[in-house]
Amino acid sequence: MWRDTVLVAGKDLRIEARSKVALSQVAPFGIVALVLFAFALGPDRGLMAKGAPGLFWVAVLFCTVLAVQRSVSVESADGARDGLRLSGLDPAGLFLGKSAAVAAQLVVLEAVLAGGVILLYGAKVEVPWLIVVSCLLGTVGLAATGTLYGALSAGIRVRETLLPFLLLPIAAPVLLAGTRIWQAAMAGGTASDGSPWLRLLVVFDAVYVALGIVVYGPIQESA
Amino acid sequence: MAPAAPPSPAILLHDAVALSGRFPLLAGVDLEVATGETVLVEGPNGAGKTSLLRVCAGLVRLASGRVSVLGLDPVRQRNRVRRRVGLLSHASHLYDDLSVRENVRFAVRAAGADVARIDGACDRLGLSGRLLTTSAGKLSAGQRRRVALAVLAARWPELWLLDEPHAGLDASARQTLNQLIDEAQASGVTILIASHESGFVESLATRAVTVTGGRVTDHRPLGGGSLGAEAPSALNPGQPSAPTPPSPDRPVEGRVAHVA
Repeated sequence: MWRDTVLVAGKDLRIEARSKVALSQVAPFGIVALVLFAFALGPDRGLMAKGAPGLFWVAVLFCTVLAVQRSVSVESADGARDGLRLSGLDPAGLFLGKSAAVAAQLVVLEAVLAGGVILLYGAKVEVPWLIVVSCLLGTVGLAATGTLYGALSAGIRVRETLLPFLLLPIAAPVLLAGTRIWQAAMAGGTASDGSPWLRLLVVFDAVYVALGIVVYGPIQESA
Repeated sequence: MAPAAPPSPAILLHDAVALSGRFPLLAGVDLEVATGETVLVEGPNGAGKTSLLRVCAGLVRLASGRVSVLGLDPVRQRNRVRRRVGLLSHASHLYDDLSVRENVRFAVRAAGADVARIDGACDRLGLSGRLLTTSAGKLSAGQRRRVALAVLAARWPELWLLDEPHAGLDASARQTLNQLIDEAQASGVTILIASHESGFVESLATRAVTVTGGRVTDHRPLGGGSLGAEAPSALNPGQPSAPTPPSPDRPVEGRVAHVA
């Protein structure tokens, strides 16, 4: 399984390195979303700083949808998905590999968006490590759910519109927990302030990674 | 002393029915293909030739009936079957952003085959020099087909399922493909070829079956497969093909060394 995970993740990341879709399209889209949020909130810096945690995670969710769409579309062209099925790769390895590649891209995107939030909204981070931990845990959950629901929508003609519809409600706990942890980190709170939400992220990650390992194969065969 | 049991067929379909929604892809196919046999599958458009190959590859599940591929159930034991089966379909299964070499390497590694055979297989299909580092997205349809064939030649599975294999290939590539098929026959590979262009294939196949309306409606013997081990290699003209049969324990090293 791990061999297949590394193989698939390496393939997807190599494709991203060549096409640079995440850096040249998804990241600018996220920044534009942050700018538009700022326009919508008006010139009140205090209001922007207060809303920064939620707006950051909403932008991350939008970017996740695009990153997952790209991950699915890579397998849709020229029968590549059939090629993967025919290769006899372990479905669990395939799920983990594709999730890992999406996660790696999300980490970079989150770093860019976090910079954008600090610069544009004047957000001040008092407990940086809490921000880092929440981003890492949130990334795992978003990558796992995105890959899972991306596979569900893969064989459907209207997948471009169906995927956000499926994914965004499912990812709501990440938005909620991530926002609360960021609020605690920006207010100079302690780890205990964010710990219930960190636990929620850990449980969310564990459930969706385990679910993906078990059901990704059957989903892929039936899509 | 009891006579030895006959070897199980490479492909066995009994009353196989496959559906796409409510549309019948196969409507009760009975077909048996012996190990090492090369069978041409003929029939008009939409007759079920491609579906038959996809059932054998485990990509399409039967609604009823029975299928066995290499003695295994291609649905329940799909990963074991798929690593031993190669499907050359209308799609080339390539990633446009990866180079030719990267595509072949990924496909071969994913199938658990020996990467040492990649260079020889690519050379043989005319994929060399700058072409190896060219993105698959920049290739012509014929070149993409060559890459798909290179994957098959590098993997050298036990069962080849070839769907219109000559389509989109130029004369040189068609000749190379015929030589590959001939060498595969000589090494004991079982081959199922779905083709409209019977003229290219009849000399290679030992038997033809006609599929009409999702059923096998006719069988006829052909005189193909006679080139056998006497066929010259594309890389070693005048040299007989290595007859080394591929096996899981010693997977076609001799064959591949010859390819390379």
